[in-house]
Parts: sequence; C-alpha cells; structure tokens
Amino acid sequence: MIQYTLQRVALALGIVFAAISALYGVMIALPGDPTSVLLGPRATPEMRAVFREQMGLDDPLAMQILNFWARVLSGDLGTDFFRNRPVSVAVMSALPHTVALVFGAIFWSASLGILLGAFSADRRNSVLDRVTGVISVAFIAAPSFVVALYSLLLFAVTLRWFPSIGAGEPGDLLSRIQHLVLPSLAIGLAWVGYVARIVRASMLEVMGESYIRTARAFGLPRRRVVYNYALRVAILPAVQVLGVGIGGMLSSAVFAEIVFSRPGIGTLIYTAVSDRNYPVVMGSMLVAIGFFVTCALIADLINAALDPRHRKAK
Amino acid sequence: MTDTLSVRDLSVSYDTRTGALQALRNVSINVPAGEIVGVVGESGCGKSTLIGALLSLLSENAQVVGGEILLEGEDILRVPPRRLQAMRGREMSVVFQDPMTSLNPVLSIGRQMRDIQYRERIPEAEKSRRAATMLARVGLPDPEAKLHAWPHELSGGMRQRVAIAMAALMQPRLLIADEPTTALDATLEVQIIELLKEIQREIGCAILFISHHLGVIAELCDRMVVMYAGEAVEEGPVEAVFQRPAHPYTAKLIECDPGRLRERVTALPAIPGSLPDLTDPPTGCIFRDRCDMATDICARTAPPRVAVTPGHWSACHHAQTVSA
Repeated sequence: MIQYTLQRVALALGIVFAAISALYGVMIALPGDPTSVLLGPRATPEMRAVFREQMGLDDPLAMQILNFWARVLSGDLGTDFFRNRPVSVAVMSALPHTVALVFGAIFWSASLGILLGAFSADRRNSVLDRVTGVISVAFIAAPSFVVALYSLLLFAVTLRWFPSIGAGEPGDLLSRIQHLVLPSLAIGLAWVGYVARIVRASMLEVMGESYIRTARAFGLPRRRVVYNYALRVAILPAVQVLGVGIGGMLSSAVFAEIVFSRPGIGTLIYTAVSDRNYPVVMGSMLVAIGFFVTCALIADLINAALDPRHRKAK
Repeated sequence: MTDTLSVRDLSVSYDTRTGALQALRNVSINVPAGEIVGVVGESGCGKSTLIGALLSLLSENAQVVGGEILLEGEDILRVPPRRLQAMRGREMSVVFQDPMTSLNPVLSIGRQMRDIQYRERIPEAEKSRRAATMLARVGLPDPEAKLHAWPHELSGGMRQRVAIAMAALMQPRLLIADEPTTALDATLEVQIIELLKEIQREIGCAILFISHHLGVIAELCDRMVVMYAGEAVEEGPVEAVFQRPAHPYTAKLIECDPGRLRERVTALPAIPGSLPDLTDPPTGCIFRDRCDMATDICARTAPPRVAVTPGHWSACHHAQTVSA
C-alpha cells in the first residue's frame, strides 16, 4: 500500500509539472498583450518595454517556464502586477470557496447518485427504475449554467428558501452552508445522473457475479447481499469517475461562481485570463490543477482501500 | 433410512424466444443420509439447472413447472422465503465450480467466513476462532493469517479449500458440490476429493456431487445418477453402473472416457449425433436418435424405469439387454 501511494504521488507531481508547463506555453502564444491591457492604448513603447522586462516576458519561453518553477519551488507564486499583491494572497483567499463548492458538488453526486443507482438496480425494470433512468439522463443533459440560473430563480428568488448571491458571512458556518446549497447542486446535478447510471450498470453486472450467488446460497439476508456485498464492488467505477470528474466540476464552478457572484478560483481565472494577467493565471491554474490531481489521487487511494486487488503496485 | 434430499419429478423450463425450453423433465434423485451421490452428464444435460433449483437460485426466465424438492422432508419449493433463507447455508450449503470467482474479491476471507455465521449469537472473536479452526481442518497452513488474506492472494486450490471450509462451517445436512474440481489441475483434484470424503465422514452430511468427470464420480461416490438432455436416465450404486451399465447412453459415456484408453488413437471416441432440441423434445425415448439399439417402441413411448437389480434402474426399454 505504501509503495502504491508513493508511485501515485510521483505520477501526480509529474502530471502537474507537465500540465502547467504546457499551459504556460499556450498562454504566451495567445494573442493579446498584458502591457496593452494594463497600460492602455496610449502607452509608449518604452513604458511597455519596461513593463515587459519587469514581468519577465522578454526571456525565451523555456527560460520563463524554468523561472516560474524556480519561484514556485521557493514558495513564491509571483506578483499580481495589476493590483500589486502577491498571487498567493489572491489564490489563497479564493481557493477555500472553490474547494467547498466542489466538495459540495461531490457530496450531492456521491450521495444521491449512489442511492439512486443502487435503488434502480435493486428494482430493475420496475416503474421506479425507469423514472430514475429518465431523471438521471435529464440531469446529465441539463447544462450546469442553466441549472444554476433556474435554481437561482426558483429557490432563491421565488421560493426564497436559500440565499441567492455571495458565499455567506465569514465565520458563520450555517450561513456558509446555506450559500453553498444551490451552487453546489447546480454543479453536482449532472454528476448525480452520471453516478446513478454508472452505479446501476455496475451493480447489475456485480449482481450476476458468482460470489453474489455464493453469498445468497449461504443464506445471507438479501439487503446485506445487495448493499454490502454488491454495492461495495459496484461503487468502485463511480469513485474513479468522480475523481476525474472534478476537472469538469472545476470548469462548471466558473459558471456557478459567476451566476451566484461567489468569490473563487473560477472567477479569479476568468478575470485574469481576460486581463492577460499572466502571473495570476499561472498561479491559480497551478493551484487548480494541483487540486484536481490531488482529488484524482485521493480517488485512486480510496479505490485501493476499497478494492484490495488494486493495491498491488503496477 | 430416510433420505436427506429427495427430488421428485422435478421439471424446470426456461422462457426463450423460440418457446419454453424444458431443461429438466421429471427428474427424481434421492440422496440418503450420510451418502455421497454423484450426478454425471455432459454439458447441457441440466446439471446447472438442477443446482439452481436446489438452491432456489434459478435465473429470472426459469420456472419450476412441477415436482418437489424435499430436504429432510421439507419442500424447498414451497417453504416461505424466511424459512428458505434459514435453510440456505445452515441445512444445505454449496461449493461452486470456479474458486476464482466464487469468493468476494473485496472482502477478506475472515470477513466472509464470519458473515456466514451471522445467525449465531456468539462474539465475533469466537466466529473468527471457528473459521480458523475450519481453515486448519481443510489443510490450509497458518489459518489465523489466512483470515486476513484477500481471495486474490490465494491460489486456486487454496481458494477451493476456503470454499469447502465455508460450506462445512455450519455443519450442514446436505453439501452440494458443483463440479468443485473442474477448474483445478489433476493433482489438486485428487486432494480436494480426499478432503471432501474426510469432511463428509466428520460432519456426517450427505453430499450431492455434480460432475461431468466419470473418474471423479467413481473415486468419490456411493451412488450415481446419469443425466441426459434434462432427464435422469440411470441410477444405481457406482460399481454396478460402471460394470454393468443398463442404459445405452451410460454405456457410451463410459466408452468415451479418455481415462479408459489403453492404446494411442488418432481420434478420441465420441457419441455421434447431438442433443435434441429441448424446446420441442421428441416423443418416446429422448436418446433414441443417437442410440444403436433403438426399435419401434423407443419412438412411440417414453421408456419406464426398469429395475435391473434392486437399487439400480434404467429408463430404457432394453435395459435388461444392455446390462446383460
């Protein structure tokens, strides 16, 4: 298990390095120049040159990437020249909101999705199974920004069950959670559908396995066979999919944060990209990718914990 | 002596696109207390359906058309679900064919062995102790450590020993063995058969042993039932059936056993023809089309059970001639 964990961590670090380096190159290649955004159209070439040098944009691309990593490794994410603050401050004040949002979405998709999936599989081909199937596909098909807008209109504006905008009062946990319900549901709803479909399919497969027949032949109670023996195996693919799906949730988070006016990495990256604010883009992308890779890693480790067959190092 | 298991006129059919497939037709099998009865037959003869019916684990498109399955006098097919669940695992248990897939891959051996004792009102530690004792009994080294092992860490032979330990753990009255040696290699096969014999002597259960392997049946069983295309065609003591088979199918099956070959042949012996269509079984004798001895009567009427000696019968019009 330790060897497996170390291998996975090493792989995760490699992925972060490759992704960020590639992203840096792509971003520099984008049309648009931060100096023109920041200094305005009337800036003199001299002013631009000074600014470019300050941001390190004159160096060759490889050099810039190396410099970036050298700074990151010494704990410095760079400086946000637009607002004159360290990038780490901007990122760290936004990160907790996004993490809470994504974990909220995972909470919805795991709890509702596994429940619906196991339920459908257990009552295969019943009316309820079909209804659940239709609902799941509808959840998958609905774009998250549409869900975000409509849930905002229905639950926040018309019914007034939940607050509509912001992330809640700092230090007030209840208010934070209330503000989290709608945006996390908006992101998680599609994943509820995915997870339900995956769990149903793998549940049906597992229920046909020989060891389930063994459990039944030994007289184990039906509920224990379904929810303990079968579900334990059947949720494995769902855990894996959710781990990778966090990438998708992060991109949905951009919409949700804009619709619900929440602070977060999504909003930060969005404004930074439109401003060509390279240091902030890189810093927040590094953290976002790091977060994504960490979650995928955690999913792998959960899988290994649930399934002893995966623990063997590959 | 009362029979531990008595299957009477059991008929099972499957709903298929082309109509009802009559997988078992009026099958009767008796397993006397403390005896080992073998059921032998080629693929498609209804062995798996028989096991499914005995355990009430038939697939969804199967239905029991008629007959009864008495386990110590109680009809499994008609007991309430709660009683059925109580009988499974405690009064009858089963060792399945493939030990690689019959154990749950994500639960430890110990967990699975404790779980099947869920009805016992004893502490978990005691359940573990009983499980370890049984693992030692089936010949696994270091049983305490095996409780913490995962199925994938054990070899096929070890897993089948675990499966036998699980089946014997609750001291059932009837142990059903569904080709438990088919997935194992020949040396392990002998060991597993010896183990089943020992377990049978110790807990005094009856064993219904299903196999397509004549040699294994001869080695292990007291009595045997030969099945063909969903019917029991011959039943009797093992020596009698092997020495003086009274059904043409049994005779041919024994001739085809590669273990009997004494010289090199270019082609292994086989029974010409193929199984009849069970969605529309022919009238008269089911084996008629492949039988050398078939006469007019075989086409007209289904053969009755003819006793050749007491306790040895054959469903053949010419049983006396065949066994002579």
